[in-house]
Amino acid sequence: MQLLFEQLLNGLQLSLTLFLLAAGLTLVFGIMGVINLAHGSLYMVGAYAGALVASKVGGFWLAVPAALAAAAVVGVAMELLVVRRLYARDHLSQVLATFGLILFFNGIIAWGVGRAPLQMDMPTLLSGFVELAPGLPYPTYRLAVMAVGVVVALGLWYVIARTRLGMLIRAGSDKREMVSALGVDIAGLFTLVFGLGALLAGLAGVMVGPIRSVQIGMGEQVLITTFVVIVVGGIGSIRGAFVGALLIGMCDTLGRAYAPMLLKLWLSGPLADGLGASLASIMIYLVMAVALVLRPRGLFPAGG
Amino acid sequence: MPFSRQTIAGLLIAACLIAVPYAAPLMGGNYAITLATRVVIVAIAASSLDLLIGRGALVSFGHAAYFGLGAYVVAIASFHLANDIPILGWAGSNEALVVWPLAMLISGVAALIIGALSLRTSGVYFIMITLAFAQMIYFVFVALKYYGGDDGLALNSRNLFAGERITDARSFYWISLGALALCLFIQWRLVVSRFGMALRGAASNERRMAALGFSVYGYRLVAFVIAGMMAGLAGALSANLNRFVSPDMMGWVRSGGFMVMVIMGGVSSLLGPVIGAATYLLVETALAGWTEHWEVVFGPFVLLVALFAPRGIWGLLRGRACE
Repeated sequence: MQLLFEQLLNGLQLSLTLFLLAAGLTLVFGIMGVINLAHGSLYMVGAYAGALVASKVGGFWLAVPAALAAAAVVGVAMELLVVRRLYARDHLSQVLATFGLILFFNGIIAWGVGRAPLQMDMPTLLSGFVELAPGLPYPTYRLAVMAVGVVVALGLWYVIARTRLGMLIRAGSDKREMVSALGVDIAGLFTLVFGLGALLAGLAGVMVGPIRSVQIGMGEQVLITTFVVIVVGGIGSIRGAFVGALLIGMCDTLGRAYAPMLLKLWLSGPLADGLGASLASIMIYLVMAVALVLRPRGLFPAGG
Repeated sequence: MPFSRQTIAGLLIAACLIAVPYAAPLMGGNYAITLATRVVIVAIAASSLDLLIGRGALVSFGHAAYFGLGAYVVAIASFHLANDIPILGWAGSNEALVVWPLAMLISGVAALIIGALSLRTSGVYFIMITLAFAQMIYFVFVALKYYGGDDGLALNSRNLFAGERITDARSFYWISLGALALCLFIQWRLVVSRFGMALRGAASNERRMAALGFSVYGYRLVAFVIAGMMAGLAGALSANLNRFVSPDMMGWVRSGGFMVMVIMGGVSSLLGPVIGAATYLLVETALAGWTEHWEVVFGPFVLLVALFAPRGIWGLLRGRACE
């Protein structure tokens, strides 16, 4: 019972982290029609900037703004130099160009920082445990990550549903030409949205730093999971990204915790271990395959 | 003009590929032949992907899965034979004429199942679902500790080809080149046939083809299976070349690499993916020999190809005349 509760919280924490990434990715795809494989690299840039500042300059609280700034600057530069040229291209060129960007970022970090993983310390303020219920301690840091995720989700909802910028974003994703014809600086809007997505990716990266090790390739792993999230949710839809993140985050965490155990009810020995481990890793892809076969355009298709 | 630029380029490529074993003693001996073999094998996989991307407008982001499956079939058959453990009542085999067709069969069956589900979607959803299925297969092999899991599986020896040893670099090169020639010939016949017309028609206007009474889904599925089988053959050859297989062979970086080769060489052209595979591997090898951080140069190179040469190298060769 205690394990289940803890796993549910871990699943929620993963979901909220995934949402930070999925929100940016789905906006970029929904509004600009660009598949950005390099979104994971922005997450990696955030994590590395955070880890480096935390260890070299000092302090988690300095690392967070540094990571946000680094991811946003790199994101805006990426939009101005590369992504901007991809709006009118087909998906194939977009996949190819952003694949090249991933190689570039992995290479440049291996060159500048080295291939060894970095560790990032938790802030002392958040390194303890909170007793959620009698006999149920839970790491404070993970609770803080969840709180940030919830605040960002609410903030994003407010910006998109209630502000002028959100109105332009929604209009831009539906009828790009029309918004442009009405005199809105669509190029500036795109840069802004891309920078916002990069900021959220950097935030996710720096928050994950103290939980997992910071290493090259961390962006690709999380990128594929994020794509699963937005494809399940329906590409372009923030609501879909949120529901998809919850579904995938929970399935992944609970699958890893319980799939091997459940299999042991029917099978025994090393076979059950092996099968359980593979079932746990492929759970989210199974969910995606089932979701797409049943609803080929995701759970919440955008713009239709 | 009696010969088009394409014909001349095609003849030049064929001449280069045939000349490799004879020129090799001047260029580093077996190392050059092995590198050329790798180019030829990867070209089989890349050209099979072009059947989907170029002719069918089906951007599959999981093509390495069939490549890796073919490789694992060879490795697993050899593993069971070497360790004297039957698998499903079969002793395993080391005979190329048995295991290579088996590799193609199993890759084809995987492509049939994955294609049947994936082709229900289109556009970016198709890209992502093919990626997801490939990742599933990747993680299954990572978790299969019995066959080495993450660390991969080494083969004791190369397969026998009709009972003959093919351990020397030259004979294996000729076999691989023969396989590439056969695959390109089959693709050429397919593309100019009614089947190829239907596939290309569906790529440019799916609704019109359906209205004409073609089962677009069926044609695409057949193309998907053929491409999967050819990738499986390439995987089987690759397992023999390296005498080693690992889940990385089916990872998404490999799938992305195949796509890069197709686009870099030129989509919808038989020889484009061959040029792309050669360019990719030669540039990668040269950069990796020059600096440990070859990705810093190679990444922007890929990016520049995507931005400024979307028709690939073949498109540059072909010029504007045929557009």
